[in-house]
Amino acid sequence: MLNTLFFYFLSAIAVGSAILMVTRRNIAHAAIFLVTALLATAGIFLQLQSEFLFIVQVFLYAGGIMVLFIFVIMLLNLEPAARLAKFNRSQVIAATLALVLGAQILYAVFVGRSSLRLPALQANISPQNTEAVGDALFHQFIVPFEIVSVLLLVSLIGAAVMAKRRA
Amino acid sequence: MQTYVLPAIYAVIVILALPLLAGCVLIAERQFRAYLQGRGNSEAVKPGLWEPITEVTKLLMAEDVRPSGTNPLVFWAAPVVSLLVVLLAFSVMPIGPAFHLADPNIGLFFVFGIGSLAVHGVVLGGWASNAQNSMTSALGAAAQLIVYGAVTILGVLSALLLSSSLSLKEIAQAQLERGQWFIFYVPVGFAAYFLGSLRITTLTSLDSASPGNESDMAFISAYRGFRRCLYLLAGYINVILVACIATTVFLGGWLRPLAGYRDRFPGTSVELLDVLPAMVMMGAGIYFFWRARRLTVNIRRTGGFLVAGLCVVAAALLLGVLFTSEGFMQGVHGAFWFVLKACAYIYFVFWFRFEFLPAHRDMLSRLEWRMLIPVALVNLITAAVAILTSQDTGWPMRLTTLLATAATLGVAWWLFKNPPDELAALKAGGE
Repeated sequence: MLNTLFFYFLSAIAVGSAILMVTRRNIAHAAIFLVTALLATAGIFLQLQSEFLFIVQVFLYAGGIMVLFIFVIMLLNLEPAARLAKFNRSQVIAATLALVLGAQILYAVFVGRSSLRLPALQANISPQNTEAVGDALFHQFIVPFEIVSVLLLVSLIGAAVMAKRRA
Repeated sequence: MQTYVLPAIYAVIVILALPLLAGCVLIAERQFRAYLQGRGNSEAVKPGLWEPITEVTKLLMAEDVRPSGTNPLVFWAAPVVSLLVVLLAFSVMPIGPAFHLADPNIGLFFVFGIGSLAVHGVVLGGWASNAQNSMTSALGAAAQLIVYGAVTILGVLSALLLSSSLSLKEIAQAQLERGQWFIFYVPVGFAAYFLGSLRITTLTSLDSASPGNESDMAFISAYRGFRRCLYLLAGYINVILVACIATTVFLGGWLRPLAGYRDRFPGTSVELLDVLPAMVMMGAGIYFFWRARRLTVNIRRTGGFLVAGLCVVAAALLLGVLFTSEGFMQGVHGAFWFVLKACAYIYFVFWFRFEFLPAHRDMLSRLEWRMLIPVALVNLITAAVAILTSQDTGWPMRLTTLLATAATLGVAWWLFKNPPDELAALKAGGE
């Protein structure tokens, strides 16, 4: 009962702030609503007893990436951008796209409706899910893991090179 | 439903106690700084115990002003975020083996993950104030928070290699099983944590009307009254938080010194070293009594005698719990050692800050990027090598970690002797 209540509370916050994020004209406000949506999603992870996913979501998205976003947004002068209209007027195209996408999603849900009945959650998934994640990353998925880390390193060096003042 | 009741009571206790403890930290900071600078403490308030009350009253009397053209919701939320983050981090902190709210298996990760949200409180506060000075100061403070947060995490990681668990309870327990506190295995990691945590707990003095534009805390200059109180409270509670983390991870948590030594008094179940807390408090009581006798100001002398009496009462209580049940005794004594270590850490933080660090921000950034991060990374690698070597060859871990520390210090010395040549870059016309 309490769990269900928490779930709907967090979901309502996540969906509501996601909508608000898309519709705000001031981009700083949009960023704040994005943080709220990410934190609410993290709360849902926590409720599903995946503490590791929860804290990674908080650490990486809300704490790391969003801080970078906010830095950029607040350092740039966005006053002119804020005054522009957020949505343009090509309503026909937008409506068509929305209809097609909505139909696709509805069809997919309809076809796969049997798989929506998920099995009940086990009482105790794994007491050591941090260790399990580490084990999987460094044994089973070592090659993708290393490739991703090289990719991140390259982007880091690339950013440093681009930020450097040219002689 | 029953499972929620006890944690809820603990949570209320923690939330009520932390502001009071923050007041104690404030008194300690004031008195200690006055002592180190060779001057008397504030003349206006005597005795110093009233200082937090008068200061906070003064702050609360100020008119609550919101600058024009600001968003009320963001302006309101920013200080709340700052305070909420430090309070949330305390929810996984085990104060003694018996007293903790929650013990998730991501304990330490939780503390740092929630702590990473503190940047939002700073940046949003600066942005919501709608002033250039606040904004630039907030961005600077946020940058410092991020980079010095990285150093603290790198320092703590080397200790995590030894505990092989993120749960704060298990980290403390691992130090009993390994036979030594982790500070003795990875002293360089502790040093990195200490230096990093000095910067993430930058405090301003409460009494300055508006922090100068060089101050790290200029981003709160638009905040008055209760909102300012929230920011300053968050700062002081943050000091307690980093002390608690250091105590748990490096200083053995609630374990007493020589926790592995378990000789008992003949004929009883009381261990020899369990009388230590009572003796420590007794010694403190005698010291305060001796100090108070020589004080001349009447009210101070009375206060001194009062403190001495409280110490004696505490000593009697600590002795008394020896004869109660085992679990209760462990809980009380664990909490005693934990608080003692955390206090010692806070003392060292203040000592170090007042003694060494009136440095400018760019100097600190240079120290951070040129020294602390490379050394912390090297320390992580050497510690991992030392632990694996000890596991594979059966050499005692004390020896291997000692060698690893020596190697790390060698690298640090080399970095210190060969700093990157900025002058050459200047002459070449780079920057």
